[in-house]
Amino acid sequence: MESTLSDIMVDIQNLSFSRGDNLIYDGMNMTVEKGKVTAIMGPSGIGKTTLLKLIGGQLRPDSGDILFRGRSIPKMNRSELYQTRKDMSMLFQSGALFSEMSVFDNVAFPIREHTKLPESLIKIMVLMKLEAVGLRGARDLMPAELSGGMARRAALARAIALDPQLIMYDEPFAGQDPISMGIVVKLIRALNNALGLTSIVVSHDVTEVMSIADYVYVVAEKHVIGEGTPEQLRQHESPLVQQFLKGEADGAVPFHYKAAPYADELMELL
Amino acid sequence: MVLDQLQRMGAATIHSVMGLGRAALMLLGAIFGKPSIRKGTPLLIKQLYVVGVLSLLIILVSGLFIGMVLALQGYTVLVKFGAEQMLGPLVALSLLRELGPVVTALLFAGRAGSALTAEIGLMKATEQLSSMEMMAVDPLRRIISPRFWAGVISMPLLAIIFTAVGILGGHLVGVDWLGVDGGGYWSAMQANVDLYQDVFNGIIKSIVFAFIVMWIALHKGFDAVPTSEGISRATTETVVTASLAVLAFDFILTALMFGG
Ligand SMILES: Nc1ncnc2c1ncn2[C@@H]1O[C@H](COP(=O)(O)OP(=O)(O)OP(=O)(O)O)[C@@H](O)[C@H]1O
Ligand SMILES: [Mg+2]
Repeated sequence: MESTLSDIMVDIQNLSFSRGDNLIYDGMNMTVEKGKVTAIMGPSGIGKTTLLKLIGGQLRPDSGDILFRGRSIPKMNRSELYQTRKDMSMLFQSGALFSEMSVFDNVAFPIREHTKLPESLIKIMVLMKLEAVGLRGARDLMPAELSGGMARRAALARAIALDPQLIMYDEPFAGQDPISMGIVVKLIRALNNALGLTSIVVSHDVTEVMSIADYVYVVAEKHVIGEGTPEQLRQHESPLVQQFLKGEADGAVPFHYKAAPYADELMELL
Repeated sequence: MVLDQLQRMGAATIHSVMGLGRAALMLLGAIFGKPSIRKGTPLLIKQLYVVGVLSLLIILVSGLFIGMVLALQGYTVLVKFGAEQMLGPLVALSLLRELGPVVTALLFAGRAGSALTAEIGLMKATEQLSSMEMMAVDPLRRIISPRFWAGVISMPLLAIIFTAVGILGGHLVGVDWLGVDGGGYWSAMQANVDLYQDVFNGIIKSIVFAFIVMWIALHKGFDAVPTSEGISRATTETVVTASLAVLAFDFILTALMFGG
């Protein structure tokens, strides 16, 4: 991606990370441009959620660097990290709503924690966010009373409550019906355009991702295997990338977690 | 072989030292992570209710029965020596010095401690703590600290209530049922209970126990393996470890306070 330094929001340089003996990333590079929607796609279990946690400073890389607006996240001390996190926001894959608070209080939580706004103003802000995700009527429900898709939209409303500079969405489309999926897709795009936010979207949903992303990374085998605009990616010569985009089970990317050949294992059981 | 064993021992030692280090860091974060008065006070009040007020019933009932049993047992021994007028001091001293602080701490570990461990472990498993961190809100301040202080404030108060109810229970059995002289029950108690030696030391014990129980309960939850098994194991460990720690510290404190 050709861009000057100041246009880059997140810059991942030569990142390596492992969980125990399980090497997840090995020398990965990636840049996220300011004001753009950058998508990260890849097979399940490849480490996409892990990557977002690395960017958020919840995990530390084994080697390599992660720069957020030019400053190294792994090198920050605790208070710098907390200060920096005020400029980011993350939609967790599980939603991670606070179970003892109503939907309204969940969305109001970051506003109440970080501003001294009067309650009347907070109410307006929260209702606006809830309206945007179609859950204004559900404001008094508790998280346990929401469906999976509703919980994720409520979490989305909470993630955008303070209009951060960088929003990371972990699987925002999972569990949405076609209508709410449309709402979420439009919302991510609209937030990005209207407020000039930078978005990172992690998702398996190829069609949706291709429709909203400005730039797409396909991650597999511990690093980026393909990148480009959605147009460029469709023309990509790598068979792995093509297999992933077309959703074919058999191809260069193995669908199965590494194991002994199936036939051998069955024979052993007989 | 030997080398292997040494290595395992070394690994286990490192593991437990690291665990202790994490626990100490968490405790420091909870004690010094001063939430602002505006935001912290409502959180503390809510936790005082959950941790303290909701434990009140079990404390009242247990205190009453333990006082009654003490009076009954004490009476059968004292009456042999014609010393049943000493029933008041016997009940009061047992409760003030030992049973009040210790039994309250044990009940508290079972009632509030296990609940706290499970609550925090579940918050961790459902990524609520993670998401709070990502919102630049420190879970040590927002979640751990109010619970810790609520426990440290409410446990000594519960121990005082336990002791008071126990003394009344002793009166119920000793005076109202077994016929010990009522005036004597109170006056002998007054003459034999020392404010410093007995009352203050009992309260100090209770404060120490409160620190121990809350620290263990919160740390076990915060450090739990984020699965349903991990949480159930952490909950059990809270009750077992906290109870043993309370009994061990009780011995040490008793030796320091009354042993010399
Ligand atoms: N807490 C953990 N401890 C150890 N290993 C973990 C932990 N969390 C994840 N892993 C491992 O790290 C790898 C990457 O996990 P991650 O959750 O980042 O995958 P993902 O790409 O987000 O998958 P999905 O698309 O299914 O959400 C997996 O192999 C997983 O087994
Ligand atoms: Mg994931």
